[in-house]
Amino acid sequence: MSTWFRKINWLTLLIPVISVFLGLLCGAVIMLAGGYNPLLAYGSIIQSIFLQPYYGGETIRAMIPLVLSGLAVAFAFRTGLFNIGVEGQLMAGWLASVACAIELDGLPKVILLPLSIIVGGLVGGLWSFLPGLLKARFKVHEVISTIMMNYIALYSTAYIIKNFLYTEGERTPTIPSSASLASNFLATITQGSRLHWGFIVAIIAVVVMWFLLWRTTMGFELRSVGFSPDASRYAGMNVSRNIILSMTISGVFAGLAGAMEGLGTYQYMSIMSSFSGIGFNGIAVALLGMNTPIGVVLSGALFAGLQTGGLTMQSVAGVPTDLIQVVIALIIFFVGSSYAIKWIWLRMSRKGRKS
Amino acid sequence: MAYAIEMKHIRKAFPGIVANDNITLQVKEGEIHALFGENGAGKSTLMNILFGLYQPDEGEIYVHGEKVKITDPNDANRLGIGMVHQHFMLVDKFTVAENIILGKEPSHLGRLNMAKAVKIARDLSDKYGLDIDPLKKVEDISVGMQQRVEILKTLYRGSNILIFDEPTAVLTPIEIKELIQIMKRLVSEGKSIILITHKLKEIFEACDSVTVIRRGKVIDSMAIADTNPDDLANMMVGRKVNTQINNTAYEPKGKVLDIRDLTVLDSRRVKVVNHLSLSVHGGEILGIAGVDGNGQEELVEAIAGLRKASSGTIEINGQDMTNHKGRKITENGFGYIPEDRQKDGLVLDFTVGENLALQTYYRKPFASSGILHPKVFTQQAKQLIEEFDVRTPSERTLARSLSGGNQQKVIVAREVSRSPQLLVAAQPTRGLDIGAIEFIHGKLLEEKQMGKAVLLVSFELDEVLHLSDRIAVINEGRIIDIVNPKETNENELGLLMAGHKKEAHQA
Repeated sequence: MSTWFRKINWLTLLIPVISVFLGLLCGAVIMLAGGYNPLLAYGSIIQSIFLQPYYGGETIRAMIPLVLSGLAVAFAFRTGLFNIGVEGQLMAGWLASVACAIELDGLPKVILLPLSIIVGGLVGGLWSFLPGLLKARFKVHEVISTIMMNYIALYSTAYIIKNFLYTEGERTPTIPSSASLASNFLATITQGSRLHWGFIVAIIAVVVMWFLLWRTTMGFELRSVGFSPDASRYAGMNVSRNIILSMTISGVFAGLAGAMEGLGTYQYMSIMSSFSGIGFNGIAVALLGMNTPIGVVLSGALFAGLQTGGLTMQSVAGVPTDLIQVVIALIIFFVGSSYAIKWIWLRMSRKGRKS
Repeated sequence: MAYAIEMKHIRKAFPGIVANDNITLQVKEGEIHALFGENGAGKSTLMNILFGLYQPDEGEIYVHGEKVKITDPNDANRLGIGMVHQHFMLVDKFTVAENIILGKEPSHLGRLNMAKAVKIARDLSDKYGLDIDPLKKVEDISVGMQQRVEILKTLYRGSNILIFDEPTAVLTPIEIKELIQIMKRLVSEGKSIILITHKLKEIFEACDSVTVIRRGKVIDSMAIADTNPDDLANMMVGRKVNTQINNTAYEPKGKVLDIRDLTVLDSRRVKVVNHLSLSVHGGEILGIAGVDGNGQEELVEAIAGLRKASSGTIEINGQDMTNHKGRKITENGFGYIPEDRQKDGLVLDFTVGENLALQTYYRKPFASSGILHPKVFTQQAKQLIEEFDVRTPSERTLARSLSGGNQQKVIVAREVSRSPQLLVAAQPTRGLDIGAIEFIHGKLLEEKQMGKAVLLVSFELDEVLHLSDRIAVINEGRIIDIVNPKETNENELGLLMAGHKKEAHQA
């Protein structure tokens, strides 16, 4: 019996790798069918990310919000909740951090920068606290309420920018440099990419998530409630409180992702007519990363790399950039069908042993 | 003598384990044959092979003397083999008759002939004395009746060999008696039955012969007349076991649990515990006997702080604990072995180590200032695993992958190791095999000898009778009587449980 279980565990680790491989493979088939050279296309992605400092820097830059929103989804998922509202929490955090930076201009950088980041995180947390409360109190399903909160965020940020923080170009003014994460040094060594200090925040967040979940009594309760609300209640835990807490912390990660965009990448917030997509990509990042902090970093790197490197595919191999979205979708599809992969794998290995 | 079923030299291996190793099973025509063994001994695998769900690696199967190959359950059905599953496969919203004909409906030109279906169900029910109303919806009938629907389903499909998979696990004592009668009736009408079980009592009440399986191998096969309970138990477990529970001396001390005038409402606002008073002393096991659904569950939940008491008081160790938070009650010397161990007792996807710390994780030495100390978890887990003989590869194994008996040992270890003054055990041995039952009983008696108060709720009358120092009989949310187990018997208890106080005393 024990070897059986060991085999499954090992397989679970293998599934994301197989999924990525199959996704790339199917992408290659589609390219071939379209008359393109997949080797050249994939080669150009690898070449640009690893050998061209600009694309390397942009990949890491794109990773920052992806990893943070991946952590947000993974954290909620670990406690049995599906936070589909990362997108909205991200926007709320984005605007809050930018607004804080603009309104409190004049404070020294050591205070204003951390303060703006924290405000971004807290407002993101507030945005998910509400669905958590609704779930704990009235059993409103968090998927429904977080989706609705996404729209509230989309339109209310637009309203606030238009009425209170408007400047030409349908956006907020640029934040003061005393609240900026941007760095001339990082830009110079990456030949002008938008890479900023936010990666340090992301690294800290990864460690914090791991520590919270596996090294604190709070994390013990959150995981316990996630796996089995009944047994947790029998063990004297407050299930409602843990649901609210879990949603809120998840939202803080999402809010931080927004702050990174506002204080780092863009230095302002535009009026958005549609969602940025980063929050939704976070779901895929968490899924592929099997909801572990390290997994989220690795899958975040993969998605960021594909997206950034995908830009060079067009110029080098003539493959439309949109195809990279197809590859990403395929990878998610294969992760989602992990059950089928597991089944086929077990069947094949059993046959192999018999013959 | 012809055999209804003959399985010869069956071997079935899964990766890492040989579930069936050269097993031979011979079931005579018209007998009830017990397939007896502990959980995980290979009984279910063997029956799944017979029912076509698994293919054997080696071996042959003969049905009524003819060699057959059973590749799926449809083959089994065609050969007249029917299975009464442990977990019923019924459509709740359908009537009994609809469930029986489902998948093989009597119809004319595509139009369902419901009248005929009802008649078929009624005729079958009458023929075998099942006493069931074909027009009732499945969700409205008792578990025992639902089981009869399962039996009727196999009969309707023309089965003459019936496999019963642990059929009594879900039944009350009275329903068990009725089931055994039904099985005997079936046999007298020419059917053959294989009864999968790990309960000795049933074998001696119902069966003609028995095959004992241990760790995938046949230990022996014999007629019931040629054996006795002790021998069978020893064969099953592979060592000497004590099937007779020997209660220890009764030296009651002060009141540990004192319940006064307690009323508890269920989710429909019905009084399920009705002005109930009860006390349990240190150094005693108080057994609560009663038919399922008479308020036992709600009583225990109220004591544990999981359900609000609408009136009355609950004192533990002299302190009022009525409607306090569960954790506060636990910290006041309360240990609880819940009825549903997989749902309420364990976080199945936590490791054994984490489950062992489920009540203490937040306290020193497991944590300080909210930070966990994993080394302490491991250390404690290793110690408890050894002390309570939990069979697990390591403390990092998920609780989900342990057997039922070992899961229960994890819960018992967790609760008992905190040395609570009051231990409430709800159905602590349900579904466990003899070895595990013996162990759990031993632990309960040990607690009692150490001067702790034990409240035992069980539907197994044997267990209540042999383990308790006093028996409180519960009926419709009240304690109808408290009796001395030495001066009572199953009949008296049965009458009391049904609410007949006077007759019981005259009896």
